[in-house]
Amino acid sequence: MTTVTSGAALTPAVAVFEYHLVGYRRTWRGSVFGSFLLPVLTMLGFGVGVGAYVTGGVAGVPYLDYIVPGLVMSTAFQVAAMESSWPVLGNFEWHKIYFAQSAAPLRVGDILGGHLLFVLFRVLLSAGTFLAVAALFGAVRSAWALAVLPVVALFGAAVAAPVFAYSATISTDSYLALLFRFALLPMSLFSGVFFPVDQLPLGLRAVAYVMPLWHGVDLSRAATLGVAPEWSAPGHVAYLALWAAAGWWLARARFRKRLVL
Amino acid sequence: MTDGRPLIEATGLVKRFGDFTAVDGIDVSVRAGEAFGFLGPNGAGKSSTMRMIGCVSPVTAGRLRILGMDPDRDGPAIRARLGVCPQTDNLDPELTVAENLTTYARFFGIPRKVARARAAELLDFVQLTERAGSKVEPLSGGMKRRLTIARALVNEPDLVLLDEPTTGLDPQARHLVWERLFRLKRQGVTLVLTTHYMDEAEQLCDRLVVMDGGRIVAEGSPRDLIARHSTREVVELRFAGESQEAFVDKLAGIGERVEPLPDRVLLYVHDGDAAVATVHERALAPESVLVRRSSLEDVFLHLTGRTLVD
Ligand SMILES: Nc1ncnc2c1ncn2[C@@H]1O[C@H](COP(=O)(O)OP(=O)(O)O)[C@@H](O)[C@H]1O
Ligand SMILES: [Mg+2]
Repeated sequence: MTTVTSGAALTPAVAVFEYHLVGYRRTWRGSVFGSFLLPVLTMLGFGVGVGAYVTGGVAGVPYLDYIVPGLVMSTAFQVAAMESSWPVLGNFEWHKIYFAQSAAPLRVGDILGGHLLFVLFRVLLSAGTFLAVAALFGAVRSAWALAVLPVVALFGAAVAAPVFAYSATISTDSYLALLFRFALLPMSLFSGVFFPVDQLPLGLRAVAYVMPLWHGVDLSRAATLGVAPEWSAPGHVAYLALWAAAGWWLARARFRKRLVL
Repeated sequence: MTDGRPLIEATGLVKRFGDFTAVDGIDVSVRAGEAFGFLGPNGAGKSSTMRMIGCVSPVTAGRLRILGMDPDRDGPAIRARLGVCPQTDNLDPELTVAENLTTYARFFGIPRKVARARAAELLDFVQLTERAGSKVEPLSGGMKRRLTIARALVNEPDLVLLDEPTTGLDPQARHLVWERLFRLKRQGVTLVLTTHYMDEAEQLCDRLVVMDGGRIVAEGSPRDLIARHSTREVVELRFAGESQEAFVDKLAGIGERVEPLPDRVLLYVHDGDAAVATVHERALAPESVLVRRSSLEDVFLHLTGRTLVD
């Protein structure tokens, strides 16, 4: 009986990841502006331009150094959200890619996991490149900055997994416009990327604490500045892991409901 | 392990969606090397059955064994040995023709090098070698269909499931697909296909079941079914005037059965020419007369009282 050859430790989810990479090899050029150039332009515009007016800096550091760790996370956030929304909906509704995959010897978890892995790869690539460029501008003040990468991966999962679940539930992309306008855009404005959350009114501050972005930003800022985070580091990690785990569980249930008819 | 045992064994197979029953207790058994068909109009339950056989849709009730295994328990192990061409193509339009095959092969754990070699072989088989490096999007419907069939063969499956392999193709493209499927059949590959084309079923299937409303209404080889449920020849008469029905009485007694359709009357007869002579003796003057061999279309009409419209 022919069973799935294990080959070079090839788990089915890795084959799915590989499939997404092959597609990315053809489309990466189109993503360069959004994923790499835009964050750098934002850094220059805000950090250097606005920073010139923010005399005395923020939290005791120059404004550029202050927003760079925030922008690392907001880049991760944008890429995670974008890559888990339209592509996921499209794989159900338009090209039916997930249905093609489910006829192969893959399980729902492999299809979801392989795609999620690819999204994390994209998130790490964009945020990592941005971090490297920022370091060239001298905006990274501590070797702890390397710890940003695993945080980016965890944060990416905390955002991508729930967005996968959402995108697997809807049937038209007008619901994605809703998600971006009323959840994701406000989150990226009020999560401590550009200014400390304690300047926000209490209600908005509570929202920042509940959503994942502020937790990522606080960790990232502590790492690139080499200071202690505002809130407990293990607490941040555990909270992000909770978002990721709950998101995964929900996404798998939604995927199963849509694929297994 | 499955020597001598049927590759597909279904007994009392049922599929329900909510309280709607799409497949209503069917028994099917397909042996290795056979070309087996599900013939029936839209909505008969063919795709629902195929999806259960393909282990992507759980069985609601009844017993199903594929390659001797239980789809509920061994889904991935079964799917590893199946090739599936779904009713609607789900190729990746952003990848090239060849990449569609190589990436799919990886889902079966096939090493990259083997995947590339096999993709080249299969593209040759479905006559798409010149398009290997082009995107899928601009391909014609027939080319996409052939690529989907090639993708279904990438794991050298024991059993190939084809859901309406030629629906929507122009006649030339359809004949090319038939010719390729016929070659597979000659190589001993077990084929299970659905169709609502009578000629397709007659050309490709050793044995078939006729499905209607989720049930099997007849089973046998195309020739058996025609022998059992139709006559050797059929005379098609078209009369002037609005009602063809009006001529049924006047034609009574000619052949075994008279079947009025909205636009013509069918006479089921043993000898078409003799029947036409009788029609003229009765001083009936049809506008047009056609004598043809009986087909599965007639079987379906006889069994269900309806024509199979595509
Ligand atoms: N996922 C589904 N949910 C609800 N009804 C379905 C679903 N899939 C098929 N059906 C219904 O089941 C019946 C049989 O469909 P199908 O198996 O696709 O028939 P066929 O392939 O013979 O045209 C149809 O009435 C169809 O509307
Ligand atoms: Mg169908």
